[in-house]
Amino acid sequence: MIKYIKDLFSGIYALLQGMYITNLNFWRPKVTEQYPEDRQTARQFERFRGELVFDMNDQNEHKCIACGLCARNCPNQSLEVITKSITTEDGKTKKVLDKFLYDLGSCTFCSLCTQSCAQKAIKWTNNFEHAVFNRSALVKQLNPEGSKAIERKPTVAAPKAAPAAGQNENQQ
Amino acid sequence: MLEVGGILSWIHEALSSSCPEWLTLLIEYVLIGVGFLALYALIALILILLERKVCAYYQCRLGPMRAGFWGLLQPFADMIKILMKEIIPLLKNDKFLFFTALFLVIIGSLCTFGALQFSKDLIGIDFNVGVFYVLAISSLGVLGILLAGWSSNNKYTMIGAMRAGAQLVSYELSSGLSLLTIVILGGTMQLSGLIEAQSETWFLFQSPFTWIAMIIYLIAGHAETNRGPFDLPEAESELTAGYHIEYSGITFGLFYVGEYVNMFTIAGIGTMVFLGGWQPFHINAEWAAGFNGVMDMIPTWLWFFAKAFGLVMLSLWVRWSFPRLRIDQLLHLEWKILMPISLLNMLLMALWVAYF
Repeated sequence: MIKYIKDLFSGIYALLQGMYITNLNFWRPKVTEQYPEDRQTARQFERFRGELVFDMNDQNEHKCIACGLCARNCPNQSLEVITKSITTEDGKTKKVLDKFLYDLGSCTFCSLCTQSCAQKAIKWTNNFEHAVFNRSALVKQLNPEGSKAIERKPTVAAPKAAPAAGQNENQQ
Repeated sequence: MLEVGGILSWIHEALSSSCPEWLTLLIEYVLIGVGFLALYALIALILILLERKVCAYYQCRLGPMRAGFWGLLQPFADMIKILMKEIIPLLKNDKFLFFTALFLVIIGSLCTFGALQFSKDLIGIDFNVGVFYVLAISSLGVLGILLAGWSSNNKYTMIGAMRAGAQLVSYELSSGLSLLTIVILGGTMQLSGLIEAQSETWFLFQSPFTWIAMIIYLIAGHAETNRGPFDLPEAESELTAGYHIEYSGITFGLFYVGEYVNMFTIAGIGTMVFLGGWQPFHINAEWAAGFNGVMDMIPTWLWFFAKAFGLVMLSLWVRWSFPRLRIDQLLHLEWKILMPISLLNMLLMALWVAYF
């Protein structure tokens, strides 16, 4: 009988505790995003993998040396690095990037490409509005027309090995 | 000033000055019926929106926001959608019982709803055995639910209906006993008489045993609406939706509406018998005359709806707080905890009334 009454009151206390917790939740700020209305102010986390882009500087130059490591690391063959040979002023033949094709439709956003890139030439942006009317529009050329790789002076030694972790991974 | 009684008596005088008595009565009956049906539908829509919004807020969401300002038109959109849906006929079932069950549920729900007293002058049904009437007519829903499960010719509906039946029949006992506890305190079975007896203070503050009766009534009433932690007839993994699996379109919609209005009816009856119905909140003291005057300014129908929706909010709060019970735990709670307590409470209340 004493146990019955004890159980009753401890049960009621436990129930009131539960109601207290849900009441706290009731008054908490809501997490729902009102998407189309707040697209101006909506903000993703910086490490959000939206779309692959080239890390361009303001002289319309990119860092890609056309080594093809990203394309070889891609599990879906979403990347295609097309190179061409040019002859530089001092008579050397050099392999440079012609087209960097990125098929967004088959990308799984695994980020193996950015992690394997020794030059940190490619990075993720937060753009997630990828919808298009035609699948062919999903294949994007990442190096803009007329862009070129950053010229490296011959005196500069080979660049240091990039850190193993991708640059996006250690933010936030 | 803001009461509706003036309008009602004006309609009555206008009708009786121009019509014979039988026609006046006929027109008034039709008007009352239409009014009740409109209020029934309106309250169901409000409750559906309230449920969705409150559910969302407890889960840190916003709920429906698109239809109308702040999603206020969402239930109307739902209603139009459900009205346009097809009613799928079943091949091998008892058609007559199938549709009778639906109307039993709706009639039981609507007749109980009619016993509510929305304000000082807005009283639909006022028998001298009002409490008995409420208890009796609300049991009609159980019959409808059992018939719905049986006539659907589907084993899941059958099991769901059996569960719902066991639950409703069990919990009607303790809700009935707590109502009878109040009848002992109030000394009458007439619902308007019970409200009249609370004009000084609400029953809640007249005796400590009313608190116990109210808590038991709210638990039992919550279980009777088949919701919250007691939503055993609806079990997605075992029974899918319970007794109304085979109902589609508006036939399902009527079950849904009936369930929601039952929630309001339970809250309304709880308001009438424990919280003084339309009676304003009064402090029974000399110094509080000004406060009481301010409370009297608020129209009585607003008092009723505020209290009833307060109890509905409590029910929603409970619903989104607790994990659901197993069927044996459910019956254990009723037969071994709530029933003995409410019987003991009734005895204590009788002693209280006799000796205080």
